[in-house]
Amino acid sequence: MIEFVFQNPIISALVALVGLGLIFGALLGFAAEKFKIEGDPVIDQIDSLLPQTQCGQCGFPGCRPYAESIADGDSINKCPPGGQSTINAIANLLDVPAPELDQEHGEEADIKTVAYIREDECIGCTKCIQACPVDAILGAAKLMHTVIADECTGCDLCVEPCPVDCIDMLPVESGINQWQWPTPPIANGLIATDRTHSSSSHEGAA
Amino acid sequence: MRQTWVTPGGVHPPENKHQSVTQPIGSLPIPEKLVVPLGQHIGAPAIACVKLGDKVLKGQKIADPAGTVSVAIHAPTSGTVSAIEARPIAHSSGIEALCIEITSDGKDQWIALQGIADFEHTTPKTLLSIITDAGIAGMGGAGFPTAVKLNPGFHRPIDTLIVNATECEPYITADDALIRERAEEIIEGIRILSHTLGNPSNILIGIEDNKPEAIQALEPHTQDTGINVVSFPTKYPSGGEKQLIYILTGKELPSGQIPADIGIVCVNIGTTYAIKRAVVEGEPLVSRVTTMTGEACEINRNYDVLIGTPVSHMLAYNKFDAEKCSRVIMGGPMMGFSLTSKDIPIVKTSNCLLAPSVEEIPHNEPAQPCIRCGMCAEACPASLLPQQLLWYSQAKDYDRLQSHNLFDCIECGACSYVCPSNIPLVQHYRSSKSDIKKAEEEKIKSAQARERFEFRQQRIEQADKEREAKRAARREAALQAKKTAAPNSAADIVAAAQARTEAKQLSPEQEQAKLERAVSSAEMRVQKAQSKLDTAVASEEPEDKIKILSAALSGAQQKLEKAKTRLAEQSN
Repeated sequence: MIEFVFQNPIISALVALVGLGLIFGALLGFAAEKFKIEGDPVIDQIDSLLPQTQCGQCGFPGCRPYAESIADGDSINKCPPGGQSTINAIANLLDVPAPELDQEHGEEADIKTVAYIREDECIGCTKCIQACPVDAILGAAKLMHTVIADECTGCDLCVEPCPVDCIDMLPVESGINQWQWPTPPIANGLIATDRTHSSSSHEGAA
Repeated sequence: MRQTWVTPGGVHPPENKHQSVTQPIGSLPIPEKLVVPLGQHIGAPAIACVKLGDKVLKGQKIADPAGTVSVAIHAPTSGTVSAIEARPIAHSSGIEALCIEITSDGKDQWIALQGIADFEHTTPKTLLSIITDAGIAGMGGAGFPTAVKLNPGFHRPIDTLIVNATECEPYITADDALIRERAEEIIEGIRILSHTLGNPSNILIGIEDNKPEAIQALEPHTQDTGINVVSFPTKYPSGGEKQLIYILTGKELPSGQIPADIGIVCVNIGTTYAIKRAVVEGEPLVSRVTTMTGEACEINRNYDVLIGTPVSHMLAYNKFDAEKCSRVIMGGPMMGFSLTSKDIPIVKTSNCLLAPSVEEIPHNEPAQPCIRCGMCAEACPASLLPQQLLWYSQAKDYDRLQSHNLFDCIECGACSYVCPSNIPLVQHYRSSKSDIKKAEEEKIKSAQARERFEFRQQRIEQADKEREAKRAARREAALQAKKTAAPNSAADIVAAAQARTEAKQLSPEQEQAKLERAVSSAEMRVQKAQSKLDTAVASEEPEDKIKILSAALSGAQQKLEKAKTRLAEQSN
């Protein structure tokens, strides 16, 4: 064996290298099968950052399709309900610069809303039930419908199909438990005198 | 002398406690109207059980506890329920919440009370329900329902009961005054607590050494009871639960855990007094000792104030000078909050009402940028990094805030107190904390929405699939039926056609009748044509017309012949 190697160094080197190649190839092939990842994990991560209103304002039928599209390279600023914070979070995840919200898809709402059906006026057409992406409307044909406020994402997809316009988007009630401490103003200017000298004095100097 | 431990950080603000302890605990005249909020404690607000216009007696229950983490609310005086509506309450937000307003009848008449003299032979369970029904929630400031705290469950055995008499915040002397005058009842209350907790081996009263009179008052009552009065050097904030536990036991409470997890229950000393009143006298919590202090009031002293007394009533009685006052603060100068309205009532957690003059507590200076001096980090009693927290708070970097243990911040305000740039650090932390909590709630909600959306998608898909499957099955069935019925060859087609014509053919009798009818109608037509021709000949009509008529007659006669032959054929 050793003698053969010494006598035919080229052939034995070739055999050794091909052998190694085969072994590692098989190993890699096995690993690829064994540790295969189902689906794209990035999509799940993006999807978990999106607000899940399922409103379709981004132009996709729901949050997950938009997440898939972002994973494929779509721009990340098409989600008005998520607003700037969502854009920042996705930008952080994908390590890209965070753009401003694309106004084409709508504006970021200041207050959260929920749908409210004026029940006296409801004719029981079930159109809103079919439109609701999260099954938050309860009712049956020719019977009154109502919104389960806790489940409503405020996507307002039910407002448009209503033939009698009996759905309102009302701001979410905020009580003492929803109250938030206001953010104190951030000190800008290096020293206190920066603020007291207003811009007018600078203009005067100029 | 027991060993005590020293907490990191802390500050020594001017104490200003002497002003309000020169006089004994006083009492205020009963205000005309008392406003009792339904949510004075942590947990679900109580549910009103009286109606508008109801007559109530002092100590009568006016609201039932809602669920386990809640306490009852009682009428602070006798009178009439004059309103149940949203009113501004003692909360930093100035938000309105549901309150019961009682118009006093001036009699202050108690409801019949029944106490338990021999609590040692009463089960802890009964005592806990008495405590809940008496409306007792932590009176140190947070207002956590005491019965919940006293019932940690069998998996968390309690070996240490700590009674918090620290009262570390400047100006406040409510506990100090209470101990000086009612030490015996307090000790009785501690014994009740000890009994409900299964007699823990250590009972400690933690008190700062700036209250020598109070310590002296406690001593004669604690001898031979196993209750230790432990005094330690004054420092703000020693009265924080975590800090006090460390000072007295040397144990650090792990982040995110409650004292019961390490075998400790910590109760405010005012609460022990309320428990004694509730159990032994059967008296619900309708009043508390509150310090009225500050230079803008001429009289500085402690009062036994009815819950629901409007702040304005208390201020007026103490000769409040609005001109002198910078702001009215509920609580102390470090952790209290400025009141937005003077109609706000005193609640179970209001230990102090501070009306300082502008010189005493000046208006907030504008915040300047952080100069990285690091004094806040030295002052922090929780060993956090206030500067880092400030940066992350401004950048809204919630992940880093949490990894820097923002939620271990006790909001004591020591960092803001020492900050040379006047940065309202605690406000930043509070704001970030509520942002993080909101974000977490939203995350839960969005997960729920996703689940529902995905379920709906799946349902729609399945319904579509089922419909498609049904349609396919119907199509298949139709095809099958067609196949079995369809002709296979040309011979079959001929046979089918023959079958059809056969089916169409009439029976011989019908055929006979039909032919007979045809013969008789042909005969009729011949007769008609004959008579027409006869009349035409008789009236000498023109030649042409006679010709036409005779042709019609012969045609009719031919048809009759034909019909007759066919009838004859059929008969054969």
